[in-house]
Amino acid sequence: MVTDVAAITPVNLITGFLGSGKTTLLQRLLGDPALGDTAVLINEFGEVGLDHHLLERIDDTMVLLQSGCLCCTIRGELSEAIKALHSRRARGLVPNFRRLLIESTGLADPFPILSTVQTDPVLKHHFRLGNVIATVDAVNGAGQLARQPECIKQVAVADRLVLTKTDLAAAETTEALVARLRRLNPSAPLWRAAEDRLDAQALLAHDLFALGGKSAIARRWFADEVAGQSHVHDRNRHGDGIHAFALVFDGPVDWTLFGLWLTMLLHRHGTAMLRVKGILNVEGSPTPVAVHGVQHLVHPPVHMAAWPDGDRRSRLVFVVDGLDRAAIERSLTVFLSLGARTPTSAVA
Amino acid sequence: MCALCGVLGGAGHWTDAAARPGVFSRNTDPVQRRRERYDRVTAASRVLRHYGLTLSDWQSSSYVLSTATGKTELVDNLGHLWAAAEKLLGRPCDPLDPALIRRLEADGD
Repeated sequence: MVTDVAAITPVNLITGFLGSGKTTLLQRLLGDPALGDTAVLINEFGEVGLDHHLLERIDDTMVLLQSGCLCCTIRGELSEAIKALHSRRARGLVPNFRRLLIESTGLADPFPILSTVQTDPVLKHHFRLGNVIATVDAVNGAGQLARQPECIKQVAVADRLVLTKTDLAAAETTEALVARLRRLNPSAPLWRAAEDRLDAQALLAHDLFALGGKSAIARRWFADEVAGQSHVHDRNRHGDGIHAFALVFDGPVDWTLFGLWLTMLLHRHGTAMLRVKGILNVEGSPTPVAVHGVQHLVHPPVHMAAWPDGDRRSRLVFVVDGLDRAAIERSLTVFLSLGARTPTSAVA
Repeated sequence: MCALCGVLGGAGHWTDAAARPGVFSRNTDPVQRRRERYDRVTAASRVLRHYGLTLSDWQSSSYVLSTATGKTELVDNLGHLWAAAEKLLGRPCDPLDPALIRRLEADGD
């Protein structure tokens, strides 16, 4: 069994609705020399797979899953394909890749894919989830978000957003779409593919697990994300079922009580809890603990090497579908007070 | 899996994350693991008693969830606890339920 985090291969998912530029993004990323040791797994929904030809890179670390959509019909195949890659790597039959990129079909709900990687009894010892990157088409994105629930979920669970075709869309269309994306996912850094330089490191490598190391850069971006999140409640006075809000707690948090509460909440409301993310000032721990969950799935908690800034409060951000902020805040407050009556008053 | 009782172990719930570099875990040594299990049983029991359920540790490997009439379920971790509780009760266990929150608030006063 692998026990060293550094030996565990990160898995990144590139998601996004049909025609939103996933393959183009993948092509750009794979052109970066920093990603030379990346294996790629492509899932296409159709009789003839094309995307792998568009990438102009056919080798033994490129796998095509073609017989259905990853999120429903071929989850077993996903698991088997990753295990086969791992086995071939271990036997020296393919180059020693250090990252795996999965490009899903545009129709896929990202959650089952993430769940497969994190909960498969074999995979979880050799692979871990990295950032989820969602592409959104600036021209058609608003319509897709209005009509396709998968599209909303892809945006809501993403760690990184890439807005594509911004050179083809009117500026006001793009800005309206960015505002909509910010309501669905206020924390994910956003790139405009036509104008911005796509930094493969920032898109892929700066993930939750980097917080456990000594990278000051990783701590800074996380601080920026969390700082942005603590204001998100101002942006959500809209009729959307999906909205984001932040809770800030003074004082140390009892880890056992927090785990009890979040587990109960996700068991009952995991489908509506699109994301929960934040840092906790855990009682007895000098440095914070980062938690990150997507629906029913919670990443292993990361013990950060240091506080990102001078603020020692616990900060949690929720992206929820139809759940009431006040109810969540009241519930968390009462659960955290079950033990030694920790003085944790929600102040967000 | 235990060969005698068939209990599956080490299901890898995030609250029981394996101790490894960069991961926050209270699985670092036997004493800390036992203390965490004890705290967890105590905390969960405070919630479960509002449903008429009790929880106890079972050989430091699983938990036993019981009703007042003696029906029991073995659960591996917190991830399985609430599904087992709902199965025994035949109704949902919702942490956002205002009735539950009122009772927990009253407990603390």
